[in-house]
Amino acid sequence: MSVNFETRIDAKFRDLKSQGRAGFVTFITAGDPDLETSIQILKGLPDAGADIIELGMPFSDPMADGPAIQAASVRALANGQTMAKTLSMVADFRMFDNTTPIVLMGYYNPIYIYGVEKFLADAKKAGVDGLIIVDLPPEEEAELCLPAIDAEINFIYLTAPTTTDERLPVVLKNASGFVYYVSITGITGTAKASADDVEQSLNRIRKFTDLPIAVGFGISTPDDVADLSTIADGVVVGSALIKQIEAGLDNGGNVGPNAVKDVLSLVSKLASGVKK
Amino acid sequence: MSKTQAPTGKNTLRTSPDDEGHFGIFGGRFVAETLMPLILDVEKAYFAAKSDPEFAKAITYYFNQYVGRPSPLYFAERLTNHLATPDGGAKIYLKREDLNHTGAHKINNCIGQILLAKRMGKGRIIAETGAGQHGVATATVCALFNIPCTIYMGSKDIERQAPNVFRMEMLGAIVKPVTVGSNSLKDAMNEAMRDWVANVENTYYLIGTAAGPHPYPEMVRDFQCVIGDEVRTQVIEAEGRLPDTLVACIGGGSNALGLFHPFLDDGDVQMIAVEAAGRGIETGLHAASLSAGRPGVLHGNRTYLLQDDEGQIKEAHSVSAGLDYPGIGPEHSWLHDIDRVQYVSITDDEAVAAFKLLTKLEGIIPALESSHAIAYVEKLAPTLAKENIIVINLSGRGDKDIATVAAYGDDK
Repeated sequence: MSVNFETRIDAKFRDLKSQGRAGFVTFITAGDPDLETSIQILKGLPDAGADIIELGMPFSDPMADGPAIQAASVRALANGQTMAKTLSMVADFRMFDNTTPIVLMGYYNPIYIYGVEKFLADAKKAGVDGLIIVDLPPEEEAELCLPAIDAEINFIYLTAPTTTDERLPVVLKNASGFVYYVSITGITGTAKASADDVEQSLNRIRKFTDLPIAVGFGISTPDDVADLSTIADGVVVGSALIKQIEAGLDNGGNVGPNAVKDVLSLVSKLASGVKK
Repeated sequence: MSKTQAPTGKNTLRTSPDDEGHFGIFGGRFVAETLMPLILDVEKAYFAAKSDPEFAKAITYYFNQYVGRPSPLYFAERLTNHLATPDGGAKIYLKREDLNHTGAHKINNCIGQILLAKRMGKGRIIAETGAGQHGVATATVCALFNIPCTIYMGSKDIERQAPNVFRMEMLGAIVKPVTVGSNSLKDAMNEAMRDWVANVENTYYLIGTAAGPHPYPEMVRDFQCVIGDEVRTQVIEAEGRLPDTLVACIGGGSNALGLFHPFLDDGDVQMIAVEAAGRGIETGLHAASLSAGRPGVLHGNRTYLLQDDEGQIKEAHSVSAGLDYPGIGPEHSWLHDIDRVQYVSITDDEAVAAFKLLTKLEGIIPALESSHAIAYVEKLAPTLAKENIIVINLSGRGDKDIATVAAYGDDK
């Protein structure tokens, strides 16, 4: 299936290329710790230095995530987050920012239950540019990937250190927007890969695609971001931001007065890594 | 050529899944990319092994010499008499999987998968466990083949199945308590998958039930089919004909599939699978995925799941840890939708009563899981004709449940 449409993701990577730098990609879970705080953080991300935003759709059983992002899902769901609220957060964001790409990331079941067709229509209308669905490998492309392309939403595939040369063309066949390279064999927010290993892997993937490649999993400091920004087209930070959100809560789980500000200032610090 | 041309050969319900692991709309391979190459390796290795006579020979050797197969098909005369009515009652047989080494059907699957893991050269085994029967069976085969293993078990289950935890540790396994989510089987499975993603190179995930990504549902079923294959031979020997009714409990559903699958094409054999209704379907505190769930995607497959309107998975409840799971194997979802198997449910109260009944009548202490099947037969048998032959899969023994049953009623 050919991808013959353009999203804010394509425009953003063209812009980054002309600036000669990598993009800084932030992940937060929608509705974490609550809807109001999450919207404030979301709206502050572009000014703090986020080039692309991944917005997590909370799920009760996030099998590929470490403790930090698991806890974010628990908080969001406990505070009543729903798919409709996540989509309305995007629509709300689009009222004042029509260029920063938003990628929804998560697991398939909440989308399947919402209804694939309705989900794609509502997501497109809200201003979603791409999807990363952890448990939909190319073997299950008929479920959501192909319908997403029909709806002119990028379906972004994950590649991993275990994805062999033989398999890469299978994974990349319907990929668009960018390719997400999972830099470690593991869950989010745990181990960290060496820059050398990542570079070798990216060179390997680039033999099979011209799409930009963003690297994620285990990246938590401005130095990590700076190291990877010289070899990748995008650098993703998730768990480190989620941990900061958690740190902004008091013992009773209430949001402290500096919670939003502290998260955004961490984003600025991390984003400086791509601008060195 | 006409698209509606009939397939050559006879119609059969035994050829599923298709090459992508689908049973109708169920099954599939819904896993993260990091695991996908590994899943494909397992599939390749399994199908190579399946067509290798040496592999079958090794399984048969361990089944006979180590597990103690074939397990008896025992005529439960006192239970039969107890449930007899003036004009009905049925003749009840128990397939004694409780007499297997380690005390349950779980060992059948573990023997098959450990031999596969060995063929694949894997140096470490992980598994999830609910009641601990699969954990014990896994730890046992790992001791036998000298392979280190780590078992994930919900902290709630560790508490209620303490004897099995002790057994696993004695056998050399590392038992890791899982304290996220509902602290039970589904969370143990999440943690096992997280471990697997982090240790793909040397680790083999020995899934305990006929669920998960393809090829696990098919593979686990194949290893458990020895149950139904033996029943077929044994019942013909005892009665000169096939049984009328097969009854088994289901959590994930591997013991039920093992009994049912060899009979799927025998249209006259009725099959009944018994889910855990916990404190009653209407209370919401149950584990009856087919009776009260709807199709969704979790743990690598599409199947019936207990979930809310947002697709968030609900916690299951059952007095029996082995049935305390919000999903079910995908082949059961398919057999349910095509109406080949009838799915019913039994409450905690009924299961505990059946546990006590069988213990007193036959001197056999059944697992709380298997007690669900017995409880259903208590209701069913009196409605049948005397010549009706019922086979219950007595999937495990109940020593592990004695403390739970003794305390039952105190904390309700």
